[in-house]
Amino acid sequence: MKSTAHTLERTGEHSLSRMPAWELPPANIREEHDAYLLELEMPGVSKTGIEVTVENNELTIVGHRGDTEPKGEVVYRESRHGDYRRTFEIDASIDTAKIAAKMEQGILRLTLPKAESLKPRKITVAD
Amino acid sequence: MNIIRYQDPELATWSPMNRLDSLREEMNRLLDGSLAGFTGNVGLFGGWSPTVDVFQDKDNVYLKAELPGMKKEEIEITFQDGMLTIAGERKQESEMHEGESFRSERFFGKFHRSLSMPTKVDAEKIKATYKDGILHVELPKAPEAKAKQIEVTVS
Repeated sequence: MKSTAHTLERTGEHSLSRMPAWELPPANIREEHDAYLLELEMPGVSKTGIEVTVENNELTIVGHRGDTEPKGEVVYRESRHGDYRRTFEIDASIDTAKIAAKMEQGILRLTLPKAESLKPRKITVAD
Repeated sequence: MNIIRYQDPELATWSPMNRLDSLREEMNRLLDGSLAGFTGNVGLFGGWSPTVDVFQDKDNVYLKAELPGMKKEEIEITFQDGMLTIAGERKQESEMHEGESFRSERFFGKFHRSLSMPTKVDAEKIKATYKDGILHVELPKAPEAKAKQIEVTVS
């Protein structure tokens, strides 16, 4: 018991004192008639700093901060360092080839169109 | 016949819950740490409060406020009696009317934040720019606030 507790403390210290490498951007997700709309807040990231990848049902968004450190000494700091990163699980209902992205004033808006096959299709009966 | 379990008095006093408690505290600390940045700053009276940083060098005071998704006309900056105030309202896009919201982590609505500057600044020369969702405010220090070099003379 003692050695387990000791190990826990050691690993706890190690991971808590290190700053997290990635920051998690807040997201808004809405479902529209024919697409999902995903909004991510990533202040300090411009269009060129965005990476959107889809792999194995996972949509990953990485935002690299372009802003340089302001000069001088810190008087008061609340912001966190680090680039943004967030992964979402998506399924076959999304047509990944048609994902569109728009970046404006730190907000990334992704449109994830629903796959055609999911829309109701009328099948005509041959004679 | 009742069978009463024999309780070893020593065993009764050892509490295994102590270990679980400290484990739970560790977990809470870990989760609190990672979620802190996630939920953003919640203002005192509900609503939201943008994250700000204040820096200074010998000539200027710099303020950086994270305000993604706004138009520069919607941001109000005022300076009075040594206090810099940033206020405005973030509106939700009207196009998002129909449809169902699955997740809503972003804050909307009015915000208001006042910070007192570390030194006296020249109010006439304050500059502000808004880029990539970050408001940068540059406040040049008033001449009397800048550190003066004092010469030491040896008599």
